Parts: sequence; C-alpha cells; structure tokens
Amino acid sequence: MKLKLDKKDFDNFLQSLTDGYDLYAPVQLAEGVSVFKKIDQPGEVNLTQLLPQKPAKDIFFPQSEVMFRYEKVGNQNRMTSMEEVKKERILFGARPCDIEAISILEKVFVGEEYTDVYFLEKRKKTTIIGLGCNEPLSTCFCSSAGGDPFLRAGSDLFFIDLGEAYFVELLTEKGMAFRKNKFFQEADSRNLTLVKELEEKAFEKVGYSIPVEGIEKRLGLMVESSFWDRVHEKCMGCRICTYLCPTCHCFDIVDEGDPHRGQRVRNWDSCLSALYSLETSGHNPRPTCQERTRQRLMHKFYYFPKNFNRVACVGCGRCILYCPVHFDIRQVILWTSARRRRRFQWEVTR
Amino acid sequence: MIQQKIREKAKELLSKKTVDLIIGFSEWTLPLRTTPIFIRTPEGAESLTWNSFCENNLATYIHKFSRFKIGIVVKGCDARSITALALEKRFKPGQLFLIGVPCQRMVDRRKVKRAVKGEILQAREEGDLIHVKGDGFEVSLKREDFLYSSCEACTHRTPINTDVLLGDPVEESPLAESHAEAKAFEKMSPEERWRFFEKETSRCIRCYACREVCPMCYCTECFVDSSRPKWMEKSLDPSDLQFYHIVRAYHQTGRCTGCGACERACPMDIRLTYLTQKLNRDVRELYGFETGVDAEIPPPLSTFDPEDQQEFIK
Repeated sequence: MKLKLDKKDFDNFLQSLTDGYDLYAPVQLAEGVSVFKKIDQPGEVNLTQLLPQKPAKDIFFPQSEVMFRYEKVGNQNRMTSMEEVKKERILFGARPCDIEAISILEKVFVGEEYTDVYFLEKRKKTTIIGLGCNEPLSTCFCSSAGGDPFLRAGSDLFFIDLGEAYFVELLTEKGMAFRKNKFFQEADSRNLTLVKELEEKAFEKVGYSIPVEGIEKRLGLMVESSFWDRVHEKCMGCRICTYLCPTCHCFDIVDEGDPHRGQRVRNWDSCLSALYSLETSGHNPRPTCQERTRQRLMHKFYYFPKNFNRVACVGCGRCILYCPVHFDIRQVILWTSARRRRRFQWEVTR
Repeated sequence: MIQQKIREKAKELLSKKTVDLIIGFSEWTLPLRTTPIFIRTPEGAESLTWNSFCENNLATYIHKFSRFKIGIVVKGCDARSITALALEKRFKPGQLFLIGVPCQRMVDRRKVKRAVKGEILQAREEGDLIHVKGDGFEVSLKREDFLYSSCEACTHRTPINTDVLLGDPVEESPLAESHAEAKAFEKMSPEERWRFFEKETSRCIRCYACREVCPMCYCTECFVDSSRPKWMEKSLDPSDLQFYHIVRAYHQTGRCTGCGACERACPMDIRLTYLTQKLNRDVRELYGFETGVDAEIPPPLSTFDPEDQQEFIK
C-alpha cells in the first residue's frame, strides 16, 4: 500500500503512535551523539544523525537487562521473571542496516536450538518503521554486505524522506494495522518517481566495492595465517567496535546483590577485552590482542556464515567512524581478497 | 619538511637495525584522521606522515610492544607520557628511541565537522588553513580555530628527553589559559558541578576506550574488571558509571600529562579532561609538580619522605 505523510503532520503522527504504543526513536543526547530511546514527546525525536552511535539492537537486546529478581522472605525464595513486555512497542527511524541486523540477531536468539525469551518477547511486541537512506555516508557499505540503503526486509512500515513529506509503505500485517491512521494520504505517481530517483542515487553512492561475498571461503583457509600477525597492531583493545556494532551479540551474565535480595543481569560483552576469554584458572586462550582481533573478524565473516549462511556485518560503518585508532574493517575485507594480497603486503607488512 | 625528516630517520634506524620497529602515523581512509602505523622495513618508512591530524598518543603502544626495541615518533605530550612511564619503570633503558617532533597543535576533527553542513569527504592542510570538501561544499578554515582544547593550552609542544629532535624547538606560548575547563568547573556551585558530572557520565557505554588509549592506564587488572573483591557492578547503573569515571580520574593524580587522548577516544563525546585537569592543577599548586617534564622527580603521590607535610594526620 503506497501512502504519504505530510511533514507538517509528522509530530501529530508520532503523537498518535504513543497512544497505544511505547515509541522508541533516535534521540540526541549531546551534539553529534544520539541513541534509540523511549520517547514521551514527538519533539524529542531527532533524525539529524544518520546512524545513532548505539544501534537499534539496544531496543531488542539492551546493553544491560535484568533477567529476574530474587528475594528471600522467611524460608521462601521469591523469584520475579522480568522478560514480559507489557505494552506493544514501535521502533521508529531505524535504518535498513540496523533492521537487517535485527534479523541477524534473530538467527541467534530465536534459532532452531535455543529461544531467548527476552529477545523474542521484545521482537514479537515491536512494530518496526524503517527509514530509507537518501544520503548514505562514505563509510557505508551495506550493498556490499547483503543489504541496501532502501532494504525493506524486516520493516513493517517503511518511510522515505521526500523533502516535504514521507513516502510510506505498509509492508506486513503489523504494518497494515496503520492503514487507517488519519495522517496518511494516498501517494501519487510523482511521489513514486521521486522515490525511484532517490533510490538510484543512493545505490550509486554506496556501490559494491567491498568484496564481502565469498569471504567465508577465503577466511576458512586463513585461521593460522601470518595475516593475523600484523592486522591487529593498532588495536588498543577497547570495546567500541563491538558495542556499536548492530550485529555483535555477546553478553555476560552476572548476579548483583546478596543472598537475601538481588537480581540477575545480562550485559553486553566484547571479544576484544582480555577478560572475555579469561578462565577461572588464570589461563587465557586468547592471550593477546592478535587472537582477539582475529576472533572478532572470524566470527563476523567465517563462523557466523558457516552457522547461519550470512555474514554478521551489515556495512553500517560505525566501527570505522568511531574507532579511536582508525581501524578500517573495509580494508581488512579487501586484504583477504586474493587480488589484494599485494596491497596487504604493502599496507600492513611493510 | 618534517615529514621527510621523519621518514629519513626511520629509514636509517631500521636499516642500521637500531630498532625493530618504528611507530608513527600514516594516512588512511578517513579525512581529518591519520592512523598509528608499525613499520619494520626501511622501504616502509615512506608511509610515515606528519600533519595536524596526528592526534593519537603513541606512548600507549609501548605496553603492547614491550618485547621490541621501538623507535617512536613523539609529540610533546607523547614524550611527557614516556618520561612519566620511565619513572614508573615501564620499559628498559635503551629500549626506546624517541624521534621528537615539535608539535604544531592538533586539529579537533569534531570541531571541524560541526563547522560544516554535510559529510566531509576530503581534508587537506595548507599552511594555516584546512581545506575541507564534501558533496556540494568546499570551505577553507583557519587551523587555529579548530584545535583540541588540550592543544590550545599546551606549553610543552617541543618534546623532551628525545634521542633526536627533528625541527627547531617551538616557542612555548599557549593560545589559551591552562586548565580552563577545570577552572570553569571550579566556579560552579556544588549542585551545578554534580549535574554536569551526572549528565556527562550518563552517556557512558563502558567501552573503556578512555582507559585503553591512556598511556598511564596499564594495570594488569583494572579495578572495574576485578571480581574478587568486586568493587562495582557491570551494568549501566548511574552510580557505577560515576564511580568508574571518578576512580579513573583519581588514579591519574600526578600522572596525567593532559594529552586529551581519553576525551578524543570517547564515542559518546563525554567530557573527561575537566576532571584530570583539576587534579593536575591541584598537584601543581600543592606540590609544584608537573607530569613528565622532569626525568628524575617521581610523581608526588608515589613517594614518601619523612619531611612531607603531615598536618592532616590528627
């Protein structure tokens, strides 16, 4: 169904969403810093930053989440499970890469072997309104990583910024529930033409220059390669690239409290920290940054495709933008390509 | 030209096998940035670069490359960090070869990005100007208006205790008042200070980049990672975030050179240097000590002398 939403109705439209739903959208915390957050007023929504620092995974798999609380009352242990999401939710303004990443997380959290009730409950009760990328950044490589700047998959409704209005597509049953929203109008053929133009422009800008395709085959032969001796050198072992990655999903479960009262919490964890693989004995099977960097890249581009037939990278470029030492994952992908081995020799092993 | 001199020196050190590797800066893929580079062959020295985007404090890498003889390109702040680390015996005498470069002060990429509308695709430095280019715009900015605040106030741009100094020492005249952020913070009421601190720390995502990029943060086990005893929880509870930032800053007392690497690394743009500046200012006023400017005097909080003031012990 092809509709449009006039920008002058935008705030009222957002307000109408908050009636029956908890609304999550990009919010600016400081100049140039935004995150996805639950909003109360439409005015809080801020779409100036193409990609908020923290990806939309935070809404489904929060950085820190209470799994259950416990309390000892007399001889009784009282446990309160915390997975239930009481109110239906809407995620507004996530970009196709972040939404594609949620489908990737689904493969892990709602897989054949395991079902993660915390993730599933949030996913089931969320309607996703995606937003196309008219102006992808120079660090974006979604098209090379299996997505594109206007990928609809995963969205229930999809918005495209036409300047004066948003072009609106209702894509799923969940999305169709909004067809009677009073702010939506019928789109006309001029809108459709403009959408096509915007799409073509963005596709051209993003391009297909990063050889992600087939990388699992190349990396499969490189587990013990000397390649890893040098790639990690500049990495200082912080967690930015993994925490800001929309597909990274490692976590650590801890108990907070005392024997009488407390809670079990799960927090994001990062394979780049030494603590991640440290064993109780004191042995660390990934003793240096070299093994840890290899793990990060191998998980994304070799182990994950082996298990789930898709690389665990959506090409959002956050890890490139925010790395304090300017590690560029695109270059690593390029170096793995046979045609680029000489370039690797020149750029890294010099 | 400094860049050429750096390359020649690096080439010489590697050819003569004076060092195993050179740590310096190189151009890379993003505008307004360079990247740390690790060079082992004389030919590789051609990749070394020098400009106003060499913002990283390379002293941090001496921990990671402790097994090697390292030639390292140092600005004033990097050299002071290394002097401070020498006092803490973090490397063997003769293990480092410091290639000193008088610093022209580094450009704050965030300030530049804020000054233009649209994504910057190219940046080029020319004399006192930075030319930036994007889709549909091209502007020239005055370099001096876009410096890191830590660089504006710097009075130690010429690196000290180096093995070689490339270029002439620069005049050490700051462009801004030193410890300006700390002074502004001091002027606030306790409530305002608390609100400021609370707001800044609330954005923390505990990536620990501020810790990892700091040359002075090298504990085998950081207090945040300790499980026995457990000093703090690992979630995003405001009290834990605040505790982390207070203790991280306190641990730097008399050790911080004020290079600003912590703040530059933060993906959430959290203001961090006002805290360390305050400590630096106190240490300077109470003990007349400045980190990394003297290779003989250890930081005051790491020493004991029976003659120390002890009035506070009742």
